[in-house]
Amino acid sequence: MVLPALLQPNSRLGSRMSKQQHYRTPLRLPDNVVEVKSKFEAEYRRFALKRNSPGDFQEFYRLLQTIHHIPGVDVLLGYADVHGDLLPINNDDNFLKAVSLASPLLRIIISKKEDEPGVFATNSLQRRKKGLGLTGLRTTVSGSAHSKNKPGLMIGLPQNFRQISSIIDVDILPETHRRVRLHKHGTNKPLGFYIRDGVSVRVTPQGVEKVPGVFISRLVRGGLAESTGLLGVNDEILEVNGIDVTGKSLDQVTDMMVANSHNLIVTVKPANQRNNVVHRGSKTSVGNCGSVGSVGSTGSTLSHDSPSPASQSNPITASNSIAEGDSDNEDDDRDLILENDCLTPFDSHHITNSNNTNLYDRDSPTSILHSTTVRTPLPQSISLPNSVGASLSDNSTTMSTLNGNTASSSHENMREDGNIITL
Amino acid sequence: MMKFRFRRQGTDPQREKIKQELFAFNKTVEHGFPHQPSALAFDPKLQLMAIGTKSGAIKVYGAPGVEFTGLHKDTTAVTQINFLPGQGRLLSLLDDNTIHLWELVAGAPREVGGVKKEGVVSLQEVGNYSLPGRPGIESCSATRVTVLLLLKSCDLLCIGTEGGGVYFLQLPCLSLKDNQTLLQDQVTKSLPDDYRCGKSLGPVESLQEHPQQSGKILIGYSRGLVVLWDLSTRYADQLFLGKQQLESLVWERTGNLFVSSHNDGGYSVWPVTSSNTYNHQPVTSTIPYDDEWMDKLLLSVPCSSSPVLLYSGGMPRASYGDRHCLTIQQDKEHITLDFTSRVIDFFTIQSPEPEKGDLDFDDPSALVVLLEEELVVIDLQSPGWPSLPTPYLAPLHSSAITCSCHISSVPPKLWERLVNAGKAQHGLHWPISGGKNLALPSKQQELLLTGHEDGTVRFWDASGVALTPLYKLSTANVFHTDCDPSDDPQDPSDDPDMQQEEEWPPFRKVGCFDPYSDDPRLGIQKISLCKYSNKLVVAGTAGQVIVLGLSDERSDHLVDVSVVDLLQDREGFTWKGHDRLEPRLKPAPFAPGFQPLVLVQCLPPASVTAVALHAEWNLIAFGTSHGFGLFDYHRRNTVLARCTLHPNDSLAMEGPLSRVKSLKKSLRQSFRRIRKSRVSGKKRTINTPTSKVQEANAALAEQEEVAPVQRRIEPRSADDSLSGVVRCLCFADTFLRDGTHHGPTLWAGTNSGSVYAYALEVPCVGSGRVSDRGGASESSVCVEAVLGKEIQLMHRAPVVSICVLDGRGKPLPDPYEASQDLAIAPDMTNAHSVLIASEEQLKVFSLPKVSAKTKFKLTAHEGCRVRKVALVVFSSAAQEDYSEHTLVCLTNLGDMHLFNIPGLRPQVRYDCIRKEDISGIASCVFTKNGQGFYLISPSEYERFSLSAKVVTEPLFSVQLDRLLDDSTTTQPQANGTHKNQMGQTEEPPSSLSSPNLDTPLDSPLSCADLTLDSTGELTVEDVRDFLTTVDEAENNLKNIKEEEGHTTGILIN
Repeated sequence: MVLPALLQPNSRLGSRMSKQQHYRTPLRLPDNVVEVKSKFEAEYRRFALKRNSPGDFQEFYRLLQTIHHIPGVDVLLGYADVHGDLLPINNDDNFLKAVSLASPLLRIIISKKEDEPGVFATNSLQRRKKGLGLTGLRTTVSGSAHSKNKPGLMIGLPQNFRQISSIIDVDILPETHRRVRLHKHGTNKPLGFYIRDGVSVRVTPQGVEKVPGVFISRLVRGGLAESTGLLGVNDEILEVNGIDVTGKSLDQVTDMMVANSHNLIVTVKPANQRNNVVHRGSKTSVGNCGSVGSVGSTGSTLSHDSPSPASQSNPITASNSIAEGDSDNEDDDRDLILENDCLTPFDSHHITNSNNTNLYDRDSPTSILHSTTVRTPLPQSISLPNSVGASLSDNSTTMSTLNGNTASSSHENMREDGNIITL
Repeated sequence: MMKFRFRRQGTDPQREKIKQELFAFNKTVEHGFPHQPSALAFDPKLQLMAIGTKSGAIKVYGAPGVEFTGLHKDTTAVTQINFLPGQGRLLSLLDDNTIHLWELVAGAPREVGGVKKEGVVSLQEVGNYSLPGRPGIESCSATRVTVLLLLKSCDLLCIGTEGGGVYFLQLPCLSLKDNQTLLQDQVTKSLPDDYRCGKSLGPVESLQEHPQQSGKILIGYSRGLVVLWDLSTRYADQLFLGKQQLESLVWERTGNLFVSSHNDGGYSVWPVTSSNTYNHQPVTSTIPYDDEWMDKLLLSVPCSSSPVLLYSGGMPRASYGDRHCLTIQQDKEHITLDFTSRVIDFFTIQSPEPEKGDLDFDDPSALVVLLEEELVVIDLQSPGWPSLPTPYLAPLHSSAITCSCHISSVPPKLWERLVNAGKAQHGLHWPISGGKNLALPSKQQELLLTGHEDGTVRFWDASGVALTPLYKLSTANVFHTDCDPSDDPQDPSDDPDMQQEEEWPPFRKVGCFDPYSDDPRLGIQKISLCKYSNKLVVAGTAGQVIVLGLSDERSDHLVDVSVVDLLQDREGFTWKGHDRLEPRLKPAPFAPGFQPLVLVQCLPPASVTAVALHAEWNLIAFGTSHGFGLFDYHRRNTVLARCTLHPNDSLAMEGPLSRVKSLKKSLRQSFRRIRKSRVSGKKRTINTPTSKVQEANAALAEQEEVAPVQRRIEPRSADDSLSGVVRCLCFADTFLRDGTHHGPTLWAGTNSGSVYAYALEVPCVGSGRVSDRGGASESSVCVEAVLGKEIQLMHRAPVVSICVLDGRGKPLPDPYEASQDLAIAPDMTNAHSVLIASEEQLKVFSLPKVSAKTKFKLTAHEGCRVRKVALVVFSSAAQEDYSEHTLVCLTNLGDMHLFNIPGLRPQVRYDCIRKEDISGIASCVFTKNGQGFYLISPSEYERFSLSAKVVTEPLFSVQLDRLLDDSTTTQPQANGTHKNQMGQTEEPPSSLSSPNLDTPLDSPLSCADLTLDSTGELTVEDVRDFLTTVDEAENNLKNIKEEEGHTTGILIN
């Protein structure tokens, strides 16, 4: 079941190999092997599993204990999935799922059971929501009080799940409005809704006024919009990713939504006003993904509720915050760029230089170590904060991920720390 | 970093001033033939011609370059126009029975781009009048105007009506002379009883002023009665008791005779002698051909020869009822002009020496016929009455326009050769000569190329206000088509002998409007011209790509044919569309001009959607809905064929794209309509007897049944149909392999947001120049293409345009421009970047390592989609040598967004085209200096200018009889159809997370204007580079770090 475990010093090779797989060069790991990189506290281990017969969860659990030299320590296992979400491994099913999804690398994060449960949630790893304006407002109102009496919403160990939607900015919006974020990423579900033209009634100082508006006309059964339960037929659409749709035609709103479909934030005025979120003093935002299970988190855990520096330093308007969220979570913008490695550098036939030989080296399996060292002068194994950063699949805000720590520390600093620890 | 995100973009007054000096939006001229003309008039004194249209526009034309437009407030058809000769005033009658008076008025001087321009004189409406309904007569049709007559004295307008009354209006105040109104009863009183027989005389059909005696008018009623009415005595001088239904009347010059034409096709000549009051019989009466009618008749008596008789219609209905004819008769000479569209009106122009003092004669020099689709001018002085080519009002749509292309600053040599090839008869005297063109001859010659459905490419002189045809190229003779090869479209006017038919009446085909295409596959889809090497690439509907070279000699040769299979090895696709065109197997004669060299046939023969030409490398690239190809036309060698089809895309194989889609759509719509009508029909039958409540309910239910327009919100998926359509192609000499060596590259963008970049190995490029005709050794070396990069835009929107920017952020020059020192050499020392414009976003990526540098998410912010983009140089109107490269972007809402490059910061926005005008938006083409053209009707281009400096607009003077308030130098806003707008500067809303931020980060670009958002962007863009070389290792350290952060997230498949 277990191939010879390659321990730390060789981790470079592993990572190089993973790269090679990406690059689709002739040289790649055999398809039937899954690389595993596991982390316990500050230590990393690398080994490989057979893809076809990875064994069951218990075996794997024991294997990890052995590899990390922590026999008898009760631990929780988690893995980073392709979307950068930290998901738990606690039974055969999700273990197999994790192995099958590992491409190319299965990242395991081990934490002691007696510690606080890790933040098993979507976005837990990479998405540090900067409160989207809510924090800005809250700090001015009840910032300190809030951080003290954090209720500590405990949730049990979840099974496989991923966040698909959230209500955001509850405390800065009028109660009659709802701002919903739909996470299209990772799901194969269609967004699944239709919009139409309609007439909206607005109360103005001059009296009641009828203006054209855009409404949700239909929810597709089984679609993302329906499954969230946050959007309903005849809800009026007020904003799309922070941009007011007043005066825009149905086609314009459609185009805006499609353009933002990978990370769609719609502000609606629900047709059914009975389920509105009610403001209660210093109540934290409901459904803000940031507020999930981060009680008492120390420096190493991600404290989502602490206001982000950005929002602390400038209280911002709602639309600004949305726009910011928009640009920070540019799922839709991760253009894939494939570069052909068959393309030799200019004049490679005539000019022989080190550069050229290197390229040939890369194709020959024997010299792979050499070439990797040339190419990846930075060690791969790095400290915890950085590994969190490393598991970011989305671009996203590395900085805000680290908000829980020394908020001012920059990415580069963190890397250095990591190097020091490992080397 | 966050704080930069919220920094508002302050308005820099300095920048605002520069913007004003650079950008200004004006619609300047309308080129082509007015859509749906409905009225024609001519002012013999000012030598101006006016054309009214069904949309309520009045266009006045004089000498080439002199033209101006007025627009009625209502878009009602103009039915009649009358000039007040010499006054610069004209009267128009609209279909809604209103009469409008127009004047040339001087406007206030205006300021454009900081430069003061002279006072604008334009055609303005100064008054209007509508006849009041006559009390007692209920229907307003009684006062419906049928004819207008303007007296020579220009102070009285006579109005004939449906009810038979004649009204008189004082001019120019447009006040009714109440007491003068002549009602029918007054005339009837004086009629003999046997003629009266109790019937009404019918509507007034014609009003004509006596040519010699002022104050007398001839009134013709529909039933046939003609009255000579004395205005001063208010008494009928003479009555002519015609018995046939009257169509029109015309005086002979002396006033001794007049001719009436009738609905049976005949005409009668009546003597006017003062002896008797009643005339029962005309002196002569023609036996009509058959049962047919004449619309209008003109009689001219030249002093030198016998009278010329001109009439439209008058053809035997049974045999020629479907023809649009106008007959010219003089002595024995008789020609019936056979037009392809309906005759609206016609007039003759007198010779320009009226001072002979002999009023008994007139000497028609030219006949001007306004047809529904074109203007035809016949030279009446030359034997055989040949037709004259028009310097303006060209029927652009003689075959439907399928594409267009603009070439600025055409080298004089090419220009000359084109003019020679076109044998354009510029020397001929154009008879309409009103006004004086004051516009300076354009410094640079500009060409507008239009591709047409019949496979022709027309070259127009677009340098000035008048769009003049230069040369016409036909590609049909490359192919073997059903039509007779000798029947190749040529101006019928060129060889009138051929057109002469051996039948009576002697028909002659005139005009070039020919809406019927022999074979729609011949249609031209894309054009690319290299103005330095005189190479032209023309691509069409059936996948044909033709490379042409310019030659001054007639040549008979066989065109080489190469077939490129774009499906490559894809299995399971069967093309269901049209067949390819069969190339001609025998050598064909090609006239001087552009002659075909190679024909590249794409398979499947789908319409070509993109072409690119690089004459320096002898390469053409072409794309269809299936893929793209690269062809070396020098060595006749296919370099590359790449299939872009998505495996699930079945629609791409259906054939002509639009047809499938629209057919499906229209089928669906018609089914819906049928269903709807059935439902509502049933309802009505049930409902009739029931209560009103039920009826209302039913109406409500019906309303609900008609489902509201819904839009599905779904991200674009990879397997959307037609995702493989190649939208743009571009050649560039840039850095694709590494940062130190540049070389030829080819870029292709598809409908699904994929961009392919190929590195090309072109022999001799780099080491030296490509010789025009290489030696044997050279031609043995082939061009090679290696795929370098593939970019998949995550939002998958169609890629509209790709353009490589040099180290200074300026677009690369055209082929030959750099090597022949015609443009500033591109900066090859600093890193290049590539600008990719998709329908949703504008993005600049760095090269050779592709990572996003700046972007603007247009759709996400504005809800509009990019339709056309162009890189344009804007010169400052104030500073002589200051210019900026700007990205001009036309959206699906018809507005123009201007962005600076490479910063992609919004500069200005202008509304340009109505968003409903899809064909207008689709036809828009930009010039390199900030002007543009788009079709406002099938036959008219609107010319607009975004530049404060480069404006092509009419500048002329008109000498009027009356004094203009200001000056006679007119510079009207030529286009009455649209309001001019001064641009409002666009302020990016604060809510946008604009990527254009002032983040002074470690930018690889040195351009000061450039803004970068690099840390965010670099993480955003998942970029990996395999081409890294040691010298680049340092650069890549950073990237590798980034990669480390990303390994989990990358899915490349």
